[in-house]
Amino acid sequence: MKIIKLGLGVTSSNDRDADALRDIMRSKGSLLINLMSSPGSGKTTLLSGVINDMRDLRIAVLEADIESDVDAVKIESLGAKAVQVHTGGMCHMDAGMTTEAVRAIDEECDIMFLENVGNLICPAEYDTGAGLNVMILSVTEGDDKPLKYPLMFEKSDALVISKTDALDYFDFDIDKCTERVRKLNGNIRIFPLSAKTGNGMKPFENWLREKLDEWKTK
Amino acid sequence: MHEMGIVIHLAKTLDQTAEEEKLKAIGKVVLQVGEVSGIMTDLFTDAWDYFKVRHPVLKDSELVLETIPAVTYCDSCKSTYETVKYGKECPHCHSGETWLIQGNECVIKEIEAE
Ligand SMILES: Nc1nc2c(ncn2[C@@H]2O[C@H](COP(=O)(O)OP(=O)(O)OP(=O)(O)O)[C@@H](O)[C@H]2O)c(=O)[nH]1
Ligand SMILES: [Mg+2]
Ligand SMILES: [Zn+2]
Repeated sequence: MKIIKLGLGVTSSNDRDADALRDIMRSKGSLLINLMSSPGSGKTTLLSGVINDMRDLRIAVLEADIESDVDAVKIESLGAKAVQVHTGGMCHMDAGMTTEAVRAIDEECDIMFLENVGNLICPAEYDTGAGLNVMILSVTEGDDKPLKYPLMFEKSDALVISKTDALDYFDFDIDKCTERVRKLNGNIRIFPLSAKTGNGMKPFENWLREKLDEWKTK
Repeated sequence: MHEMGIVIHLAKTLDQTAEEEKLKAIGKVVLQVGEVSGIMTDLFTDAWDYFKVRHPVLKDSELVLETIPAVTYCDSCKSTYETVKYGKECPHCHSGETWLIQGNECVIKEIEAE
């Protein structure tokens, strides 16, 4: 027996799968966006708004849920393609599972959203192979989340602060939250918005278009 | 379950390593596990023993877990302290503007193999 020093993350096989998926998506010209948040933060509602507002783009959604398919049904009723992925009790999506889900969508599309499992911890630890990582934090959850779950804020390209129409009822301080998030991640884009009223959706959607253009041309 | 997910990835990572290094069998697998990584060590080794038999190279392997202490950084007074002992609030200045800098990881340090 010999000793082999590795110093590898336990999930390093996942990192390879993720890079392989990114290559596939790039060659197809479709941008995979991983949406992460707690349960009920407004992922499906945000996606519904984006699908309605950006009818010129071909959008598909991969719905990762431990059990049900209600979110997938909702997305399909809006005319977008949806695939339900049952995670079999797993608390996150990994690159292998995401690759399988992507294969289930046979049409060409511009943007593919992955609605990850509602959980602020595990999804941040697994690279899904997405080209963009977006986190949603609703104002009902509190502005201290960057302190409690730093990893997800570090890994995300953008943070959507959702349900801003409810700001009057919760003591969520957007400036304080922004300051905390920026300390963890200097490059992150922050979009406060309400998918219910539509306020603040435009800047987020413009950013998506910008990122899609970059993805297709780079 | 969190542990099972990690076990699956660990097995896959080690299979790849075995292939690259042309290893026939892997014995000890030394893992460094952060104190607050959320990994339940007993559950983890049980899950491993249950799962390893599916992989020929890993069937006689044994997990050895080493703990990495958790350390929190305080942004208010720029000091660090033991997470498990003091939690979220800085023991020096009582600020809550603190975050974990170490203790959340899970790394394969080394393996014994032939
Ligand atoms: N006031 C307000 N409520 C919202 C907004 N967006 C979503 N909600 C409500 O929040 C609840 C959860 O919204 P979903 O969009 O289902 O959240 P989700 O993150 O997809 O939930 P899971 O998939 O179950 O984790 C629903 O009752 C929505 O109506 C918003 O912008 N403002
Ligand atoms: Mg949903
Ligand atoms: Zn302090």
